[in-house]
Amino acid sequence: MNDHIHTTPEDEHDSAYSGLLVNDAHWAFGTDFEDPLAGVDTTIPQGVDAPTLAAYALMLGDDSLVMSHRISEWTSNAPDLEDDIALSNIALDLLGQARLLLARAAKADGSVVPVLPEGSPAPPEDALAFFRDAHQFRNVRFAEVVNGDFAEATVRVLLFSVWRLAVFERLRASRDHVLAAVAAKGVKELAYHRDYSARWFVTLARGTDESRRRLLAALDALWPLWPELFDTHEVEASAAAAGVGVDPASVREAAEGVLAQVLEAADVPRPEVARRAGVLGRTGRDGMHGEPLSRMLAEMQSVARAHPRGQW
Amino acid sequence: MSNLSAEGGHGAVPLTGVPTGEGVRPPEPEWPLYEVFVRGKRGLNHVHVGSLHAADDRMALLHARDVYTRRNEGVSIWVVRADAITASSPDEKDPMFAPSGDKVYRHPTFYDIPDNVPHM
Repeated sequence: MNDHIHTTPEDEHDSAYSGLLVNDAHWAFGTDFEDPLAGVDTTIPQGVDAPTLAAYALMLGDDSLVMSHRISEWTSNAPDLEDDIALSNIALDLLGQARLLLARAAKADGSVVPVLPEGSPAPPEDALAFFRDAHQFRNVRFAEVVNGDFAEATVRVLLFSVWRLAVFERLRASRDHVLAAVAAKGVKELAYHRDYSARWFVTLARGTDESRRRLLAALDALWPLWPELFDTHEVEASAAAAGVGVDPASVREAAEGVLAQVLEAADVPRPEVARRAGVLGRTGRDGMHGEPLSRMLAEMQSVARAHPRGQW
Repeated sequence: MSNLSAEGGHGAVPLTGVPTGEGVRPPEPEWPLYEVFVRGKRGLNHVHVGSLHAADDRMALLHARDVYTRRNEGVSIWVVRADAITASSPDEKDPMFAPSGDKVYRHPTFYDIPDNVPHM
């Protein structure tokens, strides 16, 4: 594939694009189009319950997938071209994480993967993404909320990345090589998402009356789902006890500390809005979701479901 | 201000019923233009790759990262406001550049460069 790319040593120094496709080794792990986990040790660590590992990977993967799709809905709709690309990049980062995490879940326990019609070329991570119904998704409800305005996107990305970065920083020490690798890769991505959104957060909060009003409204609207991010589901407790996962409750202090810094820089008081209750005590991690997730999935999954044997 | 609307999209802003800020200095209709320079993995120099709009220097840097290095091109970015660049005018092309056109002896091609001198 490199045959048609001609660079001479003389002009290499004058082009930012020279050497780009000459050597694939500089691409980060996880970009293999055939096998997303190529080159990573996928053996299950000793003493770890495979279904627990799969369920835990599914939770993290669904967070990334649903959040990614919501942010991708901004593509072509952002206030300007540059932020359109920025949001699309963020969505793509999260989609990359989702692919690895869902692939990890499928590899750890094949029984979580929906059975597709004979002859379907869909890899397991695609089967998980496109052939499960809403109640089978284990993402936090925060990720699935319907998009609002740009201020809402700012708050959404900020809260999510503050929480997620705190989790991934610890997940780097996972005994599971795949989760540790996903976390190590994700930390760099999430640090950028946090920086990008925190800057916009401060800019909007200290901008015009209108931008501040919109920002505060968005913060109040999303805040009821913030505490749920730190709830400990029994799967997360088991995964943490086995040394492969992170108990979200253990990162609350770190995440709140970072968020407090942003709020202070933006001169925004911490919201005083009550948390949204679960349904009979069940929340996103239990498969209890709002109607918007079903609608989102209907759109996201329609083509794959209509053509389960489709080759893309 | 009506040119700031993004009709129909998620980014749409209402055109009526919002404070107009009358009497206040009107916001500029567009963010200033920045020129972007990227140093590639193998490059020695920052090379101009394009331009973009941003509200301030830091935002310009983030935008440059998102727009111009998303395919793993760069290891360093410079951004500079376009209006901070002083450029030569096409009108003065002849007095500026023609005089050097016939001075081939200024090229270091009349002597041998040792192999161990890099980047020449």
